[in-house]
Amino acid sequence: MSATTFSWQRFRAMLVKESLQILRDPSTFLIAFVLPMILLFLFGYAISLDPTHIRIGIALEDSGAPALSLANSFERSRWFQVTGRRSVATLEDELTAGRIRGIVVIPADFSRRFRTTGEVAQIQVITDGALPNTAAFVAGYAEGVRASWQAAQLPQAALPVALAHRYWFNPELASRYFLIPGSIAIVMTMIGSLLTALVVAREWERGTMEAIMATPIGMPEFLATKVLPYFLLGLGSMALCTLLAIFLFGVPFRGSALGITALAAAFLVPSLGQGLLVSAVTKNQFVASQVALLSAFLPAMMLSGFLFEISSMPRWIQALSYVVPARYLIPPLQSVFLAGDLWGMFARNIAVLLGFGAVFFTIAIAATRRRIA
Amino acid sequence: MDAPLACARAVTKRFAAAGPPALDAVDIEIAPGRMTGLVGPDGAGKTTLIRLLTGLLVPDRGTVEVGGVPATAQDRSVIGYMPQRFGLYEDLSVIENLSLYADLRGLPPAERPENFRRLLGFTDLERFRTRLAGRLSGGMKQKLGLACALVRTPKLLLLDEPGVGVDPISRRELWKMVRDLAGEGIGVLWSTAYLDEAERCDTVFLLNGGRLLHAGPPAELTQRMDGRVFRVYAGGTGRREVLERALNLSEVSDGTIQGASLRLVTRTQGAAPTVDALQVPAGTRIAPTAPRFEDAFVDILGGGPPGTSTLAQRYRTIPQSGEPAIIASGLTRRFGDFTAASNISFSVGRGQIFGLLGPNGAGKSTTFKMLCGLLTPTSGNGQVAGFDLRSGRAECRQSLGYMAQKFSLYGDLSVRQNLNFYAGIYGLAGGVQREAIGRVVDIFHLQSYLDTNSGTMPLGFKQRLALACAVMHQPPVLFLDEPTSGVDPIVRREFWTHINGLVERGVTVLVTTHFMDEAEYCDRIGLIYRAEQIAAGTPDELKQAAAAQAGLKDPTLEDAFIALIEESDRKREAA
Repeated sequence: MSATTFSWQRFRAMLVKESLQILRDPSTFLIAFVLPMILLFLFGYAISLDPTHIRIGIALEDSGAPALSLANSFERSRWFQVTGRRSVATLEDELTAGRIRGIVVIPADFSRRFRTTGEVAQIQVITDGALPNTAAFVAGYAEGVRASWQAAQLPQAALPVALAHRYWFNPELASRYFLIPGSIAIVMTMIGSLLTALVVAREWERGTMEAIMATPIGMPEFLATKVLPYFLLGLGSMALCTLLAIFLFGVPFRGSALGITALAAAFLVPSLGQGLLVSAVTKNQFVASQVALLSAFLPAMMLSGFLFEISSMPRWIQALSYVVPARYLIPPLQSVFLAGDLWGMFARNIAVLLGFGAVFFTIAIAATRRRIA
Repeated sequence: MDAPLACARAVTKRFAAAGPPALDAVDIEIAPGRMTGLVGPDGAGKTTLIRLLTGLLVPDRGTVEVGGVPATAQDRSVIGYMPQRFGLYEDLSVIENLSLYADLRGLPPAERPENFRRLLGFTDLERFRTRLAGRLSGGMKQKLGLACALVRTPKLLLLDEPGVGVDPISRRELWKMVRDLAGEGIGVLWSTAYLDEAERCDTVFLLNGGRLLHAGPPAELTQRMDGRVFRVYAGGTGRREVLERALNLSEVSDGTIQGASLRLVTRTQGAAPTVDALQVPAGTRIAPTAPRFEDAFVDILGGGPPGTSTLAQRYRTIPQSGEPAIIASGLTRRFGDFTAASNISFSVGRGQIFGLLGPNGAGKSTTFKMLCGLLTPTSGNGQVAGFDLRSGRAECRQSLGYMAQKFSLYGDLSVRQNLNFYAGIYGLAGGVQREAIGRVVDIFHLQSYLDTNSGTMPLGFKQRLALACAVMHQPPVLFLDEPTSGVDPIVRREFWTHINGLVERGVTVLVTTHFMDEAEYCDRIGLIYRAEQIAAGTPDELKQAAAAQAGLKDPTLEDAFIALIEESDRKREAA
């Protein structure tokens, strides 16, 4: 390959060309601005990991005052919607049919045991194991309702230690607060990897790559002009998402604009590098988009801690998650919204992201040679 | 002669270790100020050679030099390269494409206005400065591609099949532009499968199957054919049978139909075929005629195929009647406020070949698709094999065999699977299907390829397979859409031998083509331009009409085509 020196004239010409193409291609705007909004709306309104008003049934087998009082507590709870007091047998049928998600059985000896010191007044909670998440919620919240009812019944002296939960950063435990910052990471992955995965492949497919390669332009120069416009587009889309998150969804924003910009910019480096690499290797838009979805989008969705907690995954999948760049964006992104600028943590994550970027770009440049076959 | 601008010495390039090389020890030289032709059928290695010259491929053996240095290290600001697909950005305008390539090749900004003015002037694209390249017609895209390659006057201009898929008018204009450039001292390499273009180059390198068969002025090769080419004025009706007999004679190496007459090439000089041997009426005029490059090309490849079509021999005889096999009456198709075909009317008698000719975008394909039942006419109607286009679509389609441009076969199915599939969709089953498949496999020599994926076969075999699929159910009508685009003259001759044989069996053929030598095989031609049929008649009638209008002497069909279209433009402007 001839050693071509950098030319500002060529660089500017390619930048102009790339920008014009972005402006004229409606699908770019769709992916950069419309799709993020749809995602945000989905995560903001439609998907919620908070259980409220789970339908349960109560089988009240005791008619004592404590039993009635406990049943009342369940009925008043904001977590549960009690469908009625019936026998265990009827409720079991409803549970099987999926009309209720759990049964609370207050047994016949509940009031007697409650009044007798030294005895434990037990209740039974039956849940639908086919829906493990919901089952865990029902069990957990039922225990909570019972505990607070018990606390109200007994004189304070009887409870030497009262446990008070306090959730930091997200006192309302609204899943939207951590889902929305997370979905910004997903959006950035999409713009960075999916859009750029198409750009070089498109040049190959339309036969323009051959004509471009026959001009004096250097290949690193060529790649740089592919990356820069999408970098700006990515930042623009991030800004849009952040504004929507703050003003439409009311997610608190405790960090700074500088912090979020630095994080987004650092994340775009590996993301664009990965897209470029996919594009340079596949040379085909369809294959490129599939590879980008599988190698960037899905891992960012599943393995970044966005939807599923990494610490509860099998060990080898946890190990795998270390090579997913989004893993290093989501925690600092959630911090910048909910906690504030934590520069120490940001710096570590930014360094890792830039490291990934360097690897991807090095391979992408090596893979884009001035050769047809 | 000046020192060469570029050369390749003993270059060999292989893409698959096992297969034959794409280029096998090829030498070429490109001199400044000359038109150098790179000629050969598809798959000959033309594109590979050009890519080696651009430095985008590296040879396995041999050297490729441009401007005295290896091609991979050449100064890319002084070569102009137009790839087969032009390399244009369809979502950029004409002027944006030009500016991009100007900057990429480092054209000094001061020279830009003058260069752009000159290029837009001579490509006649000034009017379309702000039009997106994707909205240009094929011919205009090609001119813009050329302008982009020339934006900074190159020393070496490499053009990869600039004439493919472009109508004769655009092809001729492009040729003239490039010829003028060569006159200014640029070295031009023009790659082509059109032998009439090759004939006009200063030097020709003839490639076939990766080997160089000839290097030198085309006339050198053509001269060898002196005294071996004859025209037989056999008269319209029996000419196909006469050609069959002629090609079966041992002394005739090649022959084609030229309107009402035949063009025959003999194996030895001066020995004209006799009236007796051809079994034509005594007094039939047989006269020597000037050889052409194509005669020499076919001769160097060992002559054309024999004249009898085994396909036709084993085809059923189509019952004849006075009824036309294809009728188009006032076929019109509009897309929104754009009229793609307007009031097209013709009829084709049974056992005739009818050709639809016209520039790109004139409305040929639209007419063709309406007759196939793929498009519903906005108004007008037609018949195929006696079935009405509107009420009997299914019967229409069942009674025609359709061979599409670019071989619409399934490339990742084997030959056998393709044959089974097409037999199935044409309703052949059981023993009939086995018999039909066995027959075409035998006729087209497909045995050794039966389990090969059809996409990986040589082009000539793909072409045979496409024809095999179209005729398996022995339809009375055949529709051929640019059937031999890109295939070499030998395969094209074999193809037309089959078609001529089928026509003798009573099959009716409708064909669209850009190749004027294919048009010569037609009994009648309809010339379509700007959605209207502007002329119709036998090839000879069209030539005579053009001769009368434009004052041409002994015009070729291409001359006639161009003259008739220019005449139509003049009338339109006058109106």
